[in-house]
Formats: sequence, structure tokens, C-alpha cells
Amino acid sequence: MSKGRFGIHGGQYIPETLMNAVIELENAYNRFKDDPLFTGELTELLNEYAGRPSRLYYAEKMTKDLGGAKIYLKREDLNHTGSHKINNVLGQALLAKKMGKTRLIAETGAGQHGVATATAAALLGMECVVFMGEEDTKRQALNVYRMKLLGSDVVPVKTGTGTLKDAVSEAMREWTSRISDTHYCLGSVMGPHPFPTIVRDFQAVISKEIKEQVLAAEGRLPDVVAACVGGGSNAIGSFYHFIQDASVRLIGCEAAGRGVDTFETAATIATGREGIFHGMKSYFCQDKYGQIAPVYSISAGLDYPGIGPEHAYLHDIGRAEYVPVTDQEAVDAFEYLSRTEGIIPAIESAHAVAHIMKIAKELGKNKTAVITLSGRGDKDCAQIARYNGEDIHE
Amino acid sequence: MSRTAGAFKNGKAFIAFITCGDPDIETTKEAIREAVKNGADLIEIGIPFSDPTAEGLVIQEANIRALSGGMTTDKAFALVRELRQETETPFVFMTYANVVYSYGTNGFLSNCAEAGLDGLIIPDLPYEEKEEFLPCCEEYGLDLISLIAPTSSDRIAMIAREAMGFLYLVSSLGVTGTRSEINTDIEAIVREIRRNTDIPCAVGFGISTPEMAAKMASVSDGVIVGSAIMKIIAAYGKNSPAKVGEFVKSMKDAI
Repeated sequence: MSKGRFGIHGGQYIPETLMNAVIELENAYNRFKDDPLFTGELTELLNEYAGRPSRLYYAEKMTKDLGGAKIYLKREDLNHTGSHKINNVLGQALLAKKMGKTRLIAETGAGQHGVATATAAALLGMECVVFMGEEDTKRQALNVYRMKLLGSDVVPVKTGTGTLKDAVSEAMREWTSRISDTHYCLGSVMGPHPFPTIVRDFQAVISKEIKEQVLAAEGRLPDVVAACVGGGSNAIGSFYHFIQDASVRLIGCEAAGRGVDTFETAATIATGREGIFHGMKSYFCQDKYGQIAPVYSISAGLDYPGIGPEHAYLHDIGRAEYVPVTDQEAVDAFEYLSRTEGIIPAIESAHAVAHIMKIAKELGKNKTAVITLSGRGDKDCAQIARYNGEDIHE
Repeated sequence: MSRTAGAFKNGKAFIAFITCGDPDIETTKEAIREAVKNGADLIEIGIPFSDPTAEGLVIQEANIRALSGGMTTDKAFALVRELRQETETPFVFMTYANVVYSYGTNGFLSNCAEAGLDGLIIPDLPYEEKEEFLPCCEEYGLDLISLIAPTSSDRIAMIAREAMGFLYLVSSLGVTGTRSEINTDIEAIVREIRRNTDIPCAVGFGISTPEMAAKMASVSDGVIVGSAIMKIIAAYGKNSPAKVGEFVKSMKDAI
């Protein structure tokens, strides 16, 4: 079987035109990933520029209110640019620079990955073009402005459903047409090998820190680690260093939209089946003929019809659980965390908060649960207000 | 010799790509009949896919129109079955890996063979992944056509040595769609291919005029034209088959 497999998933299902580009990327990554100069430079950027390590915060009020497991929040929302996306982007941008690339392209859903890429491009003096579904440019207008402010071009993608999957397709098309000076800075643990591995490695800092921080605070490993899953980069980053620790329950929270029994959902594990798309074999929401489904979620960042191949594998072997969380549950959690802890989470992250709210009590008081807050919710306020019938404008 | 390689036995080959079901299946059938009648040596039948990542706008839109019109994989099999009664011209499917995989690889490929299809072109299936479908293609006697791109360089020999039917040489970087000119050194790539295989090699992507076709055919074994045909179908809809025929004739005459 070809490279980059997680069980049967993964692989490199891409046009021949891109093969040498991904091979070049893999070679460069293997050359630099353990190079002390590269890792030193990256660590310095992560710490001094992005603000790592991120805090592990004990959510005492939430814990008491829910009356069950002790809840910690991994505060990726406090990173520079407001989400976990910066971890991966700084790594890839630095790698691209070492490869002699002068231009970054990226897809974005909610705009968090686009903003992070635009930020890294500004910092490292690179050109940047971000592809964003037209529908998402409307839901996340503030992030479009931020990317432009940072000096990037934002291309609204009108094809298909005008959401994240179409932005990925368009970024792939753009990469096919311009390879020599351009690195495709993919934002999640998806796409062809080596992206799922590279992005996972750059995001694994999250679980590395959680482990150290929980051990320091509790003297033992957490019982549950939960994170939201679209493509799955903050989730795999949160899970990675716990995969070998069988006692730690790993829970990925998918966007169920209006419910997994409706067509307006983006819960891939709950409603999808095996397929090959966007360079990888994994699970995808699709019809009986393999046409990719027009998925839906209130959260632009989780509005994707597939899931990263390593998650598909963790699901297959039963190492991680994947649960659907509806729009309404996520909105309730968004409001609950804001009121209870004074922390406004990204609507994506609110999916993970919602699931822990459901199970905290049954977990019991002697258990510890960590929720990764992948991003902050400022970007979502106008949309949640509209969801609740209040017409505010940014 | 497979039927697909046979398309190259009468001089330079003209290969016509047509998205199946745009605007409807009857128009596709007529367009294929006209293309065959006017000299097309091989027909590449596109089974539409919702998210065709290797296509430019023209074929993306053709895919959307076809799917909106109710086109399905089973209807594509039925079309091949019917047309195979009328002609020996080789037919290959052009579609994406998920269309084959999701249908069930074995079921898809056995239906292809039973319907009278000769091969497959799958743009998101590079050399490294061809084992996904190759054993099954061999079992049913179907050619799995390999693609070579301007960026293939050190990969050309490896791909060419194991090629089946014919080689699809992608003329330029980027996605399908008409271009004003092609700057790739096609001759150099063809020379490298020739050092490694005797099977024919056709150039596709961006060829839209008889002049470009003549130029590309002069340095290869044939040309593949898709977007230029789908533009005609988009413009004339149900009345497009005769226009497709005229266009095919002008291209075949030029090469």
C-alpha cells in the first residue's frame, strides 16, 4: 500500500501534476523536522510570537454547576490569532520558507486558518492567497477583513456549496497551476500524504502540554480529552500524546447541524461512509453514487463532508469515540460558557463543550475531563445573535 | 493490442471528451454518435462528479448541469451498453476515484466490461495509488490509463513502463480548460516516454483549435479535447450534436 496510511485510510489520491510537489514536501519535512535549527526557530516563534504554552484552566464554576467531573479547559483560544491554527501554520510557513517557496495559499472555513496563514505570511514576508467559500465570506465577514488587513488576497469561491470543501478544491486547483514558488498551507489533518502527518505533528504540541499540565495539577492522567472535529486538527493535536494511554477516553465532537437524521448535517462518522476525496481515503458524507454531500453546520469551521484519515483509523480500531452535537446544543454551550466562566468559545469549540456538559455528571466527581477550546468566539457573535433572532451587524 | 491502443492505428488519433448527461443523456448519445461519424478515434465519456478537483470551470459546470439533470453512474453504463451495439470505436470513462470506489470497485469495473467499455482515466489516481483499481481492471480486461504531467520529470520512465492502452500527456500545469498557448516542451517529454514504452501517447488539456491540435499531434500520437467540446454543448444544448460533429471534423482534418 502507498505512503501515509492510517489503517486503510490516507494515501495520496491526487493528480499526477502534484505528485512531485508532495514528494518534495515530504522530503523537506523529513530533512527539517528533527533539525535543531528548525525546531529551535519554530519553538521560539510558538513561544514568543504565538504565546505558547497555552494555559490549562480549571473551570471551577462550570465543574460545580454541572456537579460531576472536574473540568479543565485547554486554552488554544488564547493563542495569537485566536485559535490552534497558528501552531500548524507557523510550522508549515517556516518549512515552506526553508524550501525556497515565496508564496502561501490556503483554504479556510471559519476564517481562522486563513487569518493564521495571512499572519504567518506577513511575519515571514511571504505572499498569501486565501480561498474561502462565498457563503463563508458572508458568515465570517470580520475574518475576511482581518486577512486583507494582514496583506493577503481573499478569493471567494463560488463553485459547489460555497463552503469549506469548495475552498479546499479551489486551493488544490490553484496549487496545480502554480507549484514552483507556492506552498499549499493545508489547515487540517487531511488531504494527501504527507499533510495529515505534518499537520498532526505541528498540532501535537497541544496534547504534549495537556499531559504535562494535568500531571502537574492532578498528579495523574486525565480521564477524558474532548475536542471538536471538522477535518480534525485540534482534535488530533489534543489526542496524539494520549493515544498510547488506554485509560484516557478520547472524544471527537462532530457537527450534527440540524441533526444526524436530517440532510443538514456535517457529522461524517455518524452519517458518512468510506470514500476517496481531496487526496485521501477516509469517511465522507456522500450519496449512493459517491457524489459528495452538501453538508451543513452553523459552524463554518466544521462544515466539511470528510474527516482526517487518522481519525477514521482511530474510529475503526475503537480508540477514539466520535459523537454528533447539534447546532442548538453548540449554541447553548456557547452561551453557557460565556455566562459561567466569562469565556466566549468559538462555535466550533462549543461543540466539545456541549458534549462534556452532557456527560460530566455521569462521569462522576472523581474523574477529570479536558476540553480543548480550539478558538475564541468573537468571530461568531454576530452569527449567533442572528441565530437567536437578533439582527446585529458587525 | 487493446481496443484503446487500436484507436491510434490510423494515423494521429483524435480523442473527444464528453461529460455524460449534460444537458441530458439523449444529447450525450447524439453527440457521441456525431463525434464518431466525423472521425473521433476514441471517446472519453465523463461520469460527472460533484467536486471535480482537476477540472476548470467549463467542465465543472458541465458536471453540475449533468448531476442536476439526474445523471447517475448506472445511466452511464446503460449509455455505453446501447452505443456499443452501434460502433466498435473505443470508449473509456473519465471519472474520479470516489465514483468508482463508492459504487464498489468490483461491481463498477465488471459493469464497465459487461457494457463494452475499454478503459478508465482517473485523474486523482497517480502511479502510487493505482493498485487501488489495477488488479480489478486487469481481471476485466480494462485499460487503466496513466497520466504524465509537465512536472513528472523523473517519474516519466516509471509511469511509462507500466502504462496500458495509451498515455495521457497533460499539456500544461493547472486544470482542464482552453488556453491560448501551450508552453510545455512536449517533444522532450514524448522523447522520454519513447525511451521507455511503445504504447501511444496523446496530449490533452487546453487544446481548442485546429491549429493547436495540429501542432500537438505533430509531436505526439494524438490529441484529447474536452473543454472546447463542452463549451459547444453548453452553448447549443439539445441542438449541439451537429455542431460537435462539425468541430470534431475540423479537428480530425487538421491532424
